Amino acid sequence: MEQKKPFIHPSYYPGETPEAEHPFSLYMSAWILLFVLSAFSYMVDYAGVEGYLRWFLVTIFAFLKAGIVVGIFMHMAWERMAFLYAIMLPPLFLLALVGILAVDGAFVYYIRDLFMGVNTP
Amino acid sequence: MSNSSLNQATDATLVPDNLKGLVADWSSDVQTFKVRWSKAMMWIFLLSDTFIFGSFLSSYMAVRLTTTVPWPDTSTVFALHVGGTEVPLLLIAIMTFILISSSGTMAMGVTAAYKKQRVKTGVLILLTALGGLAFVGMQAFEWTKLITEEGIRPWGNEYGAHQFGGFFFMITGFHGLHVSIGVIYLSIVAKRVLEGRYDRLDDYQIVEVAGLYWHFVDLVWIFIFAFFYLW
Repeated sequence: MEQKKPFIHPSYYPGETPEAEHPFSLYMSAWILLFVLSAFSYMVDYAGVEGYLRWFLVTIFAFLKAGIVVGIFMHMAWERMAFLYAIMLPPLFLLALVGILAVDGAFVYYIRDLFMGVNTP
Repeated sequence: MSNSSLNQATDATLVPDNLKGLVADWSSDVQTFKVRWSKAMMWIFLLSDTFIFGSFLSSYMAVRLTTTVPWPDTSTVFALHVGGTEVPLLLIAIMTFILISSSGTMAMGVTAAYKKQRVKTGVLILLTALGGLAFVGMQAFEWTKLITEEGIRPWGNEYGAHQFGGFFFMITGFHGLHVSIGVIYLSIVAKRVLEGRYDRLDDYQIVEVAGLYWHFVDLVWIFIFAFFYLW
């Protein structure tokens, strides 16, 4: 069996010289995957998919692309856990903001509908 | 710094728990993140930027939820006339293509920087900056078309909810500003790479940090493309 060399990130420790190189092919496949996913999300619009399926697909493709960019292009996949969590966990608070605003937005819409009716500016 | 003083600084029992101790704790050689400071600081800046764009996009969501007037159909608003037929979101698709490509060349530039290949790194960063320039140019074209032909204003438009224009110009404008600053930033880094500054320092870390910024610009565009143009 061929022994696999552990993948060490070049800036793993300060002052450390690069021991392993990021393979060129990895970036190429990440790049191609980004194109394919972008084309998919564009096709969702082009094919006229509407409603929940459209929102679901668009969101899924966006987060997949974001994962590729952050994980491979920005090297987060090779960072230490302490650093990864320090950067990647705080944005999750945005989910709380989105949740609160969604509840509030639905309520405001209900009130506007009640007093002004839909489709009046 | 000798090893013993490092231990002294990290040992909590040796540091007084008062203002002096506070200063000592923050200024000593205690290290949490085993990455270079430039990289950690860029990531923390990008984290704060994430919250700015996150707030923009979630306020856009809130406003779109509350409006009782239909939201403008982005497929028709952003359509381009090509040879007599309307192609929806064509310009946006090309802009996305260019920005992703520039992200790809940046990733290759960072890889070349790890290997300390001066010319290859410099040329790839310049290519990235050119991609950014093309993106900003197309955005200027898009804005001009929307303002002069479609009559979209921050306070109103003919296609639906009046808030559309305000959010469009704020979100894409702020992203365009990031791209513009990124083009200047990358041009400076490319100049320094080609001049051989990082060869003399024997340190190409700056390239990786600049790359982080550029990939973040691409990352933000992914979400703007999804939530503003396609949603």
